[in-house]
Amino acid sequence: MTVAIETRALDVFYGDFQAVYGINFHIEHGETIAIIGANGAGKSSFLKALSGMVAAKPEQIILDGQGVGGRPAYDMVKLGVALVPEGRRLFPSLTVEENLLMGARGRTVDRGWTLETVCELFPILKERRHQIAPTLSGGQQQMVAIGRALMSNPSVLLCDEVSLGLSPAAVKSVYLAIDEIKKRGTTIVLVEQDLNTALSAADRVYCFMEGRVSLEGRPSELSKTDIHKAYFGT
Amino acid sequence: MTNAAQTNAVTGSVESKPAERRYAAVVGTRTSRIAFIAFGVLTVVLAFAPSFLPRSIMQDLILLFLLITLAQCWNLLAGYAGLISVGQQAFVGLGGYGLFALIITLGLDPLLAVLVAAVAVTLISIPVGFIVFRMQGAYFAVVTWVIAEVFRLLLAQWKTLGGGTGTSLPRAATADMFGLEVVMALFGVRAAAGREIVIYWAALATVVAVIGATYWILRSRLGLALRAIRDGEVAAQSVGVSTSRTKFAVYLFAAFGAGLVGALYFLQTSRISPDAGFSVLDWTAYIIFIVVIGGIGTIEGPIFGAILFILLQNLLSDFGPWYLILLGILGIGVMLMAPQGLWGSFAQGTNIHLFPTRRLLLGIGEHKSGRLGG
Amino acid sequence: MAMDLLNTILQGVLLGGLYALYAAGLSLIFGVMRLINLAHGDFIVLSAFVLLAMATGFGLSLPFALLIALPFVFAFGWGLQRILLNRTLGDDILLPLLVTFGLSIIIQNGLLLGFSADSRKLALGPIEAASVSLGDFTLGLIPLITFISAVLLIGGLSVLFYGTRLGRTLRATSDSAEIVQIVGVNPRHVFAVAMGLSFVVLTIAAFFMGVRSNFDPSLGPARLLYAFEAVVIGGLGSLWGTLAGGIVLGVAQAVGGRINPEWQILAGHLVFLAVILIRPRGLFPKQ
Repeated sequence: MTVAIETRALDVFYGDFQAVYGINFHIEHGETIAIIGANGAGKSSFLKALSGMVAAKPEQIILDGQGVGGRPAYDMVKLGVALVPEGRRLFPSLTVEENLLMGARGRTVDRGWTLETVCELFPILKERRHQIAPTLSGGQQQMVAIGRALMSNPSVLLCDEVSLGLSPAAVKSVYLAIDEIKKRGTTIVLVEQDLNTALSAADRVYCFMEGRVSLEGRPSELSKTDIHKAYFGT
Repeated sequence: MTNAAQTNAVTGSVESKPAERRYAAVVGTRTSRIAFIAFGVLTVVLAFAPSFLPRSIMQDLILLFLLITLAQCWNLLAGYAGLISVGQQAFVGLGGYGLFALIITLGLDPLLAVLVAAVAVTLISIPVGFIVFRMQGAYFAVVTWVIAEVFRLLLAQWKTLGGGTGTSLPRAATADMFGLEVVMALFGVRAAAGREIVIYWAALATVVAVIGATYWILRSRLGLALRAIRDGEVAAQSVGVSTSRTKFAVYLFAAFGAGLVGALYFLQTSRISPDAGFSVLDWTAYIIFIVVIGGIGTIEGPIFGAILFILLQNLLSDFGPWYLILLGILGIGVMLMAPQGLWGSFAQGTNIHLFPTRRLLLGIGEHKSGRLGG
Repeated sequence: MAMDLLNTILQGVLLGGLYALYAAGLSLIFGVMRLINLAHGDFIVLSAFVLLAMATGFGLSLPFALLIALPFVFAFGWGLQRILLNRTLGDDILLPLLVTFGLSIIIQNGLLLGFSADSRKLALGPIEAASVSLGDFTLGLIPLITFISAVLLIGGLSVLFYGTRLGRTLRATSDSAEIVQIVGVNPRHVFAVAMGLSFVVLTIAAFFMGVRSNFDPSLGPARLLYAFEAVVIGGLGSLWGTLAGGIVLGVAQAVGGRINPEWQILAGHLVFLAVILIRPRGLFPKQ
């Protein structure tokens, strides 16, 4: 198995404020990794750096052997790294279909994701394709956000807090879809606050605390105390 | 840590619990104190200037003082309150027309009329402010321009004051201006030169007062509020700064300043027309150039910018459109490459501040050099 | 009496078409990148002079000159955005306003140098005096064509925005220039295209302006104000609203001008201020 994307001593700054300190991370093709940790631990910042939304040094993020840190998001998408951003961030004046079609703008290869196949994954979207995004429920919006990212046919899918604000039923639907996406061989990084969901969906887990990795391993090999300590620090 | 601390309202020093360090918030530095004294000396020298400077230089100085005044006001508006106005010419023109109206129809003494006109302009700026503050940002800017146009068009309809072609001040109106006789006797000059000296002093007084007022505002709580607004309006609101009232107060102050400038300028030229009074070029474009070149957000910047501008104008204005194109290119160049302005870049590089307005927290007993950190 | 008023209103509506043309370009770039180009009116005047130069210099007929000019003005607007204006976009709204204000001064004076302050006109020939009868009313042919062109143009822009991939990209960028990046779009490229489009629109407006009345280098700022007023009266974010805004402004000016020719422009400004007071978001704002 080869490494899809890795970070070496990744630092993330917002102006003078440092959110992430020297993180080493790697994910192999087809793996699903969950990143857990308390609020403000740097998980989202980490993901934003991977996706190109936030700056990093070129040598700190390696994609298929190339240093891509600091490349803007619109380049990263074309290299196969797609982000499902925190808070969904759909285009509010566009319809569901238009939001999905916008996702196709970053597409450079064909991994089988088209409007039709995305709607097969999320049947509810087909019904609502001509509604504008804000009129949908939270769960449905999350599906659109994921679908939009899929439309670029990424090799690596980055999901930032997809369960946030969703009902348990909606979370279940979303993670069923993620399972499907995983089955098709996509590499997935999940930032999650929902511990149980994260642990059950992931092959490996990283725990962040205050901008650093506090724990890493397979869910089956980590004890509850280990995780608790790494998450909360006590 | 210092929840029980008391703040001394006069010195701003915070008395903390005993056995802990005492701190004071200070603003002055040695450089600024030297600068203060220097400016004081300069003001006195300038006050005596009529006795040794030729008339042409005095006329330049009058214009310089008025431009600095206007630039300080625009700087407060744009650099601190975040209000970009391209319509200050409204209040300059109203100040000029107010002056003419008061002198011609009421026969007021010209110097008194200047003050009354400025106050009247400030009063008018209240309902005007109410309208323009309905908009924000770029929209606010263009609406101020529309307002200026409205006043220009309205005043062009006022036949008593010359309508579209404008009017002149009758000689007699300024013949017994307050202070004129004293000046004529003191300097041994005739009425025309004497008038100019009186106006010169009025302009000098105005610019010193406005610079002083601006400095005082920026050092006061209002100034802290303004700086908070400049740094982040939402954050400012969240700590209780009443942003709308603060901005409105600055808007009124700027209107007052512009009214003073208009009244004095047109008293000097003795002639006004809607196009001259409400000229976008004279009262907005040039002022923006001055503030940008000098440095937005500093008091020193507009002063240097205005001096530079007058020099450029004396050298190059004969070249007409070429001169203006040069100003435009210079302005854009500075905005893109040295956004702090020429003075601003200098000050940041050398850390020299003549009118420091930021507070530095120092332990009492710590020695401050002439340089402010950070 | 009533007929007279109706006639005046009709003239005002047609005038509104011209104002809508001025406004459409402004509305477009504000929608996509939140930029008010203070030199917008001066660029309209500049385009009119360019058309004049093409017609007199190369002996081209005006409509033909317009057609040829369009791709070039698109490239010019695109280049202006890429090279200069993209650098001004950011958190600070002061910068784009001041830079475009500086451009305004440069253009006005550049035109003075190149063409002198003389008043010019784009001459189409006898068609300029032609008129059309609609029932009891006589409408100038040129104003009528201007109005129809405005409607067609705004219709065309609507089709572009809602029926094409480019339009979708423009709307998405308008929604969020930040998020559009995660779907692979470089917002700076989108801004450049939008500015190019804006220049195409304002050149068409320049054509109708120059054909309808005289122009000289100093008329730019007034055009900016009319364009701005039409956008604000109509409502932010809506292209058809901009047409409505232009019509309201045109009618206000026509009625004011009928009462007293010296009050024409003032009447427009006063109606605009009234709208700001009563409905600051305009008559037909989006959402």
